[in-house]
Order: sequence, then structure tokens, then C-alpha cells
Amino acid sequence: MRIEMQRRASTPPIIEFLAPVAALVAAVLIGGGLLTLIGKSPAQAFSVYFLEPFTDAWSLQELVVKAAPLVLIATGLSFCYRANLWNIGAEGQFVMGGLVGGTIAVVTQGMEPVLGGYWILPTMLLAGVIAGVAYAMIPAFLRAKLGASEILTSLMLVYIAEITLDYFVRGKLRDPKGFNFPQSVPFDDIARLPFLMDGERLHAGVLFGLMAVILAAYIFRRTLFGFDVKLVGSAPKAARFAGFSDARLTFAVFAISGGAAGLAGVCEVAGQIGQLQPVISPGYGFSAIIVAFLGRLQPWGILVGGLVLALTIIGGENAQIAMKVPLDMTRVFQGTLLMCVLAMDVFTRYRFRLVLWRHV
Amino acid sequence: MSLQMFELVLFTIFTAATPLIIAAIGELVSERAGVLNLGVEGMMIAGAASAFAIAILTGSSWLGILGGIGAGVCLSAIFGVLVIFLAANQVATGLALTILGTGLAGLVGSGFIGMKRDAMAHLSIPFVSELPLVGKLLFTHDVFVYAGWALVIATGWFLSRTRAGLVLRAVGENHHSAHALGLPVRRVRFLAVLFGGACAGLAGAYLSLSYTPFWAPGMTAGRGWIALALVVFASWRPAYAFAGALLFGGATVLQLHAQAAALGIPGQLLTAMPYLVTIIALVVLSLRHRRGAIAPASLGLSFMPER
Repeated sequence: MRIEMQRRASTPPIIEFLAPVAALVAAVLIGGGLLTLIGKSPAQAFSVYFLEPFTDAWSLQELVVKAAPLVLIATGLSFCYRANLWNIGAEGQFVMGGLVGGTIAVVTQGMEPVLGGYWILPTMLLAGVIAGVAYAMIPAFLRAKLGASEILTSLMLVYIAEITLDYFVRGKLRDPKGFNFPQSVPFDDIARLPFLMDGERLHAGVLFGLMAVILAAYIFRRTLFGFDVKLVGSAPKAARFAGFSDARLTFAVFAISGGAAGLAGVCEVAGQIGQLQPVISPGYGFSAIIVAFLGRLQPWGILVGGLVLALTIIGGENAQIAMKVPLDMTRVFQGTLLMCVLAMDVFTRYRFRLVLWRHV
Repeated sequence: MSLQMFELVLFTIFTAATPLIIAAIGELVSERAGVLNLGVEGMMIAGAASAFAIAILTGSSWLGILGGIGAGVCLSAIFGVLVIFLAANQVATGLALTILGTGLAGLVGSGFIGMKRDAMAHLSIPFVSELPLVGKLLFTHDVFVYAGWALVIATGWFLSRTRAGLVLRAVGENHHSAHALGLPVRRVRFLAVLFGGACAGLAGAYLSLSYTPFWAPGMTAGRGWIALALVVFASWRPAYAFAGALLFGGATVLQLHAQAAALGIPGQLLTAMPYLVTIIALVVLSLRHRRGAIAPASLGLSFMPER
């Protein structure tokens, strides 16, 4: 008796939908087991992680504010991953977007009465996007023109981006009246994203996440470019025969993912933080990779995946306060979740059959 | 610079290169079998945390080493089941492993922050350590450094001179042909992945038991990723990996000395050195060979036997 795996010609939609749900359930069970192991009540943890964030308006706003950058970055990354290109340096592109956009806010400090201020915020956002695109062009160029592994170069550039931000925040961009703290001046109000609701949490930057999802859904469904991306990923030889250029596509998908990450970065400093600090990201660029896979690289799936992952981040912070669960538990859960998603993926690609005896 | 100073610098290059050598050799074997494991950083840091925790609890460095190796093997086993038997995407699973390993290391290590223990003893090998010039430089290290050298030699011999090594390379070059010849493709790959995990765990144990004998979150500082780059840089050959690791170890040591000497270079630029060197190394290598010419042909592809 043995189990046999057969490749599916096509995946039934019900399995396409159930696979990530089953993965989430499996990850929650494993997480609960681990919590029991370190002596915490899994039932209480479940309530703190997954129910309490929905009970008050403040947490709900927080959920959206955390999910938006994840969704925005992950939507960009889905273009890369669908084309089988592995940009894992979104964290670096995020930091660069925040740094360059934030620098504009710092140098235009106090210019509003003289020059008028309505150009400042759009300039910042544009600069953030351009910085993210430019930073993503480095691994894209090295990959497309020289054949260097984009996985390793994009990751190394994350470290370099973090160090660059640290250098400027401790040096040229430091607030001279800031008691030597490594941070910039607080941005002028005109350089901040407006808030959508009372409570100073929900800033307008979250709309970009939603817009990215709608735009990506349109591109994948309706445009030749979206088809091109999918084709290169699933059948590279066929794509080459059809005359699609590998190099041009590499630049395009890296530009999209870098621009999205850069925009998320500038929104974080202009919406959430309001100044530059040595660290501006709680690992959004890496968590977004999980979101992309949790959403099965589909735009609407990514929207849901971003909310789920934001829930684990907020839940983790609450659990640290309420139950003294170490913050690393969140990371363990995220890693487990991604692994479960990838493991469940096998059911969408293969059919399992129990073979009792073999016909000769 | 005096001769003694020079000797000291060379000596520290060997120690700085050791975690890179050990982890790179493990990844090299795994990649030669056709499996790209991007989780080296996660396995390494989990190894560092486990090794330190067990060494503190039992008072024995040797049990600590075993704990570090065990942590690496366990994590690589999860990875292996996913990518080899369930045909999961290797890049994404490797990233998941790094996230998971970093988190687990934080959980394991949280009770041990701030504790210190003595670094493992350095062993002077009798007679040869008395040799002029090279004696002290080469033969007064701790056990990890010797283990790293032994791994390089043993792996080089295994891959190029034994039947089992030939089988492993065949599996990594063309899994369909290997399968047709009756070779157990998935079993060979799984064993290679476990070996990679053991090596990454050992490299982590070196960091927390000898190189800097304490536990701190993030103490691997990207060494796992650099080891991955080293495998590419070495064109998948153990001896080249050894030479490359010395180069990277040299960059690290020079950076430390430059920082101490206060040359007026921003500290951040020096901290960024290893990462910059890695990118430059990858570029230089790509300029010499076009991609795909030297990598194992089945690297990163999953294999499902069609009955």
C-alpha cells in the first residue's frame, strides 16, 4: 500500500480557495502547540491574537494601517514572483523610498509660507517611488545584463539600505535641536499624509494599498503585459519563442515591485512616523513576501493575506503586553504560516491517491 | 606594522572565515545535489542559540555543539520534507525557514541574554605548532577551525573521488537520468539537505561558543547569506569556497581594524563592507562565467517520479 501523487491538469477552484485556509488552520494549531510548550494558554492567546483586535475602533484602524504597506509591497512582488524572478530585497527598497521621500520633507522644512506647500507631499511620494525603482534597478541590471543571482544581490542591498539610512539619520539629517537623538526634525503638517478618520491613525496612504490591488487585478486579467509576466514564469521557452524579451521583463517587474515598496516606505514616514529614524520598518518588506504567497500571488488574495498577517503583528504586540509572550513568537508563527501555505500548495498541483496494490 | 601584529591579523582572518567555511560547505553539498536552501541564516542562528543554551544548562561545550548541530538538522529536515517530498518552491520555503529559525532562536535564547561563558579552549597541536612563522598561525586554533578545514578536505574528496559523491552530483545535474539509472534521487537529496543543516548549525555553535561566547539576537549578522553567496562565488567547489571564505574573513577583519584605528571613514561604510564585497564578488564571477554554465543543472528544480 502506498500513496501516489499525480500532477493535476487543472486545479478545481474549491481547492484553490481551501488550500490557504487549511494552511492558516494548520499554522494556528502548530502555534497553539508551541505556546502550550512555553507554558502559555493557547485559548487565551487565540483570543488575544485573533479576536481582540476586532473589538475596538482603534485596533481596527491599526489593522488597516499595518496591512496597507504589506498589501502594497506584496502586490508589487507578485509581479516578480509570477515571472519567476526573486526580488527579496523589498525591505531595502522600502527603506530607500522612506529615506529619499523623508529627505524632501526635511529640506523643505519651513518653505510653505514662501513657496506654498501643496507641491511638497506629491513630490515626496514621487521621490519615494523613484528611489524604490532606482534601488530595485541594481539587482535587475545585475541579473539581466550580467546574470548575477538577484536573490543574493537584492538581499545584500537590504543591509546596505539600512546602514545608509542609519548614516544619514545620525549625520546630515539629524535634528540639530533634537538633544543628539538620532532622528530628523518632525515633518511639517503639509508634508504629512492627511488622516481619513479621527484618532490620528488611519492616514490616506492606506488607499494606495487598495489601488494597487485593483490595478494589479486589471493588469493580470486584461493586459498583454500581465499575460507576458505569467507566461514567462510558467513557460519561459514558449515566451522566448513568442518573442518576449527576458531582460525587458526583468526590468519591468523589478521596477513595479521596487516602486510599490518605495511608495510604501514614503507613506510610512509621511503617514505613520512623521520623521526619519534609524529604523523605519518593522520588517514589512520581508513579511510582504509571506503575504504574496498567502494570497497565492493573486491581487485579491493578497488583500486578504495582508489583513491576516497584520492581525498576527498586532496580536503579537498585544500578546506581549497581556501574556508576556516574547515578540519572537510572531516571527515563529509567520514562518510556520508560510511553510504551511507552501506545503498545502501541493494539493493544488497534485492529486493524491491511495494505491492498495499494484496492477502488473 | 610589526610582524607580531601581522601574525595576529592573519590569525583572526582564519577565525572570522571559519563560520563561513563551515556553512558554505554544507550549502555546497546540498546545492550539488540540486537543492537550493536559502534558510542557512535561519539554521545558523537557531544553531547558535541552541548551542549556547545547552552549553549553559549542561556546562558542557561539547553537548552545546551537538545541540547546535541538532537544531540545524531538525530545521533542515522540515525544509527537506517540504521541498523534496511535497515539491514546494525552494526559494520561498528557504525564506520561510530563515524567518522561522530567527524566531525560534529568539525564543530559545531569550532566557540567556547577557550571560557569558568562557570561549572553548584553543588546542596547540604538538610539534607542528612549534614551527617557525606558520606554526602558531595554523596550529593553535580551537576545534571548530580544524573542523572547518577537515570538512573542506573531506567534502572535496567525497565529491570528486567516491562513488557516493558521483551519485550525489548525478542527482544534482540531471534528476531524470539519475532516476532512470535507478538512483534514489529524493533520498540522496534529503541526506544532502540534512548535511547542509548540520553544517549551518555547527557554524552557529561556533559563533556562540567560541567566536563571541555569548548569545545576542541577530548575532549571525547575515553570515548565512554571505555563505550562500560564497557557494556561487566558489563555482560549487570546496577548495574555492575555502579561499573565498578567507577573502571574506579578511574583509571582516580589516573592517574591525579600520574601525579601531579611527581613520575617519564613517563606521557605517565599514559595517557595509562585507555586503558590498559580496555583491562585487557576485558581479566579478558573473563577468567571468555566464549564468548557468557552472551551476548544477537541476539546481532549484523539484523532482516527482512519474511512477
